[in-house]
Amino acid sequence: MTRAVISSGPIGGNEPVVHIDMSTDLDGILMPSPVLTASGCAAAGRELDQFFDITRIGAVVTKSVMLQPRSGRATPRMAETPSGMLNSIGLQGPGIDVFLEKDLAWLTDRGARTIVSIAGGTVDEYAKLAARLRVSEGVAGIEVNISCPNVENRGQVFACDPDMAASVIQAVKRHSDPRTPIFAKLSPDVTDIVAVAGSVVRAGATGVSVINTMLGMVINPDTMRPHLAGITGGLSGPAIRPVAVRCVWQIRQAFPDLPIIGMGGIRTGLDALEFILAGANAVSVGTVVFHDPSSPMRIHEELEQALVDRGFRSLAGAVSYAHRPPDPVFEEDDLDFISE
Amino acid sequence: MPVQVKGEVLDIRRVGSYQVLSLTAPGISDIARPGHFVTLGIGGEESSMLLRRAFAIHQVQSRGVYGGTLDVVIGVHGKGTRWLSERRRHDVIDIVGPLGRPFILPRERVACVLVGGGYGSAPMFMLAEQLRERGCRVDVVVGAATEERLFGVLELKRLASTLTITTDDGSLGERGRVTDVLPELMDRVDAALVYACGPMGMLQAVADMATARRIYSQCAVEEAMACGIGVCMTCVIPVVGEDGVTRMLRSCVEGPVFRGDRVRWSDVGTIPPDTLGAPVEGGH
Ligand SMILES: Cc1cc2nc3c(=O)[nH]c(=O)nc-3n(C[C@H](O)[C@H](O)[C@H](O)COP(=O)(O)OP(=O)(O)OC[C@H]3O[C@@H](n4cnc5c(N)ncnc54)[C@H](O)[C@@H]3O)c2cc1C
Ligand SMILES: Cc1cc2nc3c(=O)[nH]c(=O)nc-3n(C[C@H](O)[C@H](O)[C@H](O)COP(=O)(O)O)c2cc1C
Ligand code: FES
Repeated sequence: MTRAVISSGPIGGNEPVVHIDMSTDLDGILMPSPVLTASGCAAAGRELDQFFDITRIGAVVTKSVMLQPRSGRATPRMAETPSGMLNSIGLQGPGIDVFLEKDLAWLTDRGARTIVSIAGGTVDEYAKLAARLRVSEGVAGIEVNISCPNVENRGQVFACDPDMAASVIQAVKRHSDPRTPIFAKLSPDVTDIVAVAGSVVRAGATGVSVINTMLGMVINPDTMRPHLAGITGGLSGPAIRPVAVRCVWQIRQAFPDLPIIGMGGIRTGLDALEFILAGANAVSVGTVVFHDPSSPMRIHEELEQALVDRGFRSLAGAVSYAHRPPDPVFEEDDLDFISE
Repeated sequence: MPVQVKGEVLDIRRVGSYQVLSLTAPGISDIARPGHFVTLGIGGEESSMLLRRAFAIHQVQSRGVYGGTLDVVIGVHGKGTRWLSERRRHDVIDIVGPLGRPFILPRERVACVLVGGGYGSAPMFMLAEQLRERGCRVDVVVGAATEERLFGVLELKRLASTLTITTDDGSLGERGRVTDVLPELMDRVDAALVYACGPMGMLQAVADMATARRIYSQCAVEEAMACGIGVCMTCVIPVVGEDGVTRMLRSCVEGPVFRGDRVRWSDVGTIPPDTLGAPVEGGH
């Protein structure tokens, strides 16, 4: 490793005095920062722009949008859990038409890089969404949220079946602009996440986003009934971080060159560093935005400092660094030789 | 526009069964209006309680040695509010605010009735002051289960033309609910506007009474919130728009103050079938 270069950056504040190359390239999406917002935790960027400059982070990943307007599920939709939360929002949103007209247009005007997350109940719905995005300006990439029930297959979640997951990605690939990178967002609620990753990659995914929330449940001790109106919900936040890091690690082991967006409970720059070292090329910040609305920019700065402290000259140099071969072991005699 | 600041605890004092927490809040106190709220980070840097807690802004002081301070009134409910109630002078708390849509004030000098249930009277102080400054007549009704759970009776007496108190157990004021005394008061003062903050059941009853008399009402609701800034969609309630269409609106940014006649009170907690984007038969 080479030492960090000292640049003439601003001194003081939260910014590290030493700057390194923090850019990342997600197969064509060039970003000045590896820190993104997680889908469903940043709406379409407008609200967070009040707390930090959203053009400075890697990209805004928008709330999963569906073809039609959608009211979502009944309330209560959330429960706080130890170091995390459960949510059961039910993909409330305005539908693709209003999204393109209001949200994507605003993001484009603002100059933010946008990864549009799409969700559907049928393979055809995903295909139609991809076709709509093909003719829209300002789509840096598509994240395909396949953690949705397939209404044509007894409500089984697409992401939990390698073949169903592949058919969604194939449809999106066929209908979207061939230059637009496609990220399949994987669910950790599977026996073998590497098998699902392999399946979506063969179907044409540019890369994967890992992980979506984990299915969980809370019983309210006062009502003695499920706390959420939706009964079960998605668990997120630092509570799931070790699971997420494991998923990134396993997928990186199997696919040395696959672009990976890692997420799950990232709260600090050191948390983000774990994902980068495990193999993520970029990271998304979700639930922690609710705790600290300025966190994506803070995490970028803390990550940069953490990389500088460890002697990295660029973010890219740290990606997958935890997979390096073991350090050489010296015999006693060798050490004597060195100390001379 | 909301900001995120580190506030220092200047004072924490007990009032009835509540704690009044005074914090430095530069950049928040000077733009806060009645009905705005703040969210506070809970449990310190390494907290396992990730979600911020929401509190109505009770009072603000925009100048002075501390360069802007605000007060919130805290009723201890669970872990987060207990942690807050244990803060001491000089402790630092992460504050985001001012958040939400505040109460709308009338242009004319009309009679206004303010209704607060429990700590729901907290935002009524600033509101009463500003209405008085505009020359409005202000009558206040506060109610709670017991005397202990009333907040700010003495101060409100000073701010209002009349103050009516109700308690469920009759420990102070009239025995009963705020809605037992409200109709007579609205008629007597010829109220043009009713403002309310308190539990959902109270808001519904107040809104219905006002609407039945063709009086405009504004209600500050309290829904569980994960983000408080409009990005997560947890805090929604069914509200009828100008176009007659029901939508699930975020109470943190499109509220917490809603027109009483627009909220579908009986349907809160559900998705009414005629809501925009409601699940269809055999669909999602
Ligand atoms: C706009 C708004 C204004 C409020 N103003 C005040 C005020 O001025 N004074 C006051 O004492 N309280 C106020 N509340 C209620 C206060 O936010 C809750 O009492 C508090 O969040 C409970 O946290 P806890 O950790 O003690 O309870 P817990 O039950 O442990 O909280 C668990 C989770 O549920 C949420 N939650 C629980 N009860 C409520 C509730 N009643 N409303 C919203 N979220 C809840 C919490 O935020 C947390 O995420 C207000 C709430 C809202 C939404
Ligand atoms: C309230 C909420 C809403 C979410 N909505 C979506 C969504 O619409 N689409 C999606 O792909 N993931 C959604 N997620 C999952 C997050 O994008 C992320 O994968 C997950 O929460 C793990 O990251 P975190 O621990 O940083 O939040 C949502 C998560 C939360 C907490
Ligand atoms: S609390 Fe997150 S949108 Fe209202």
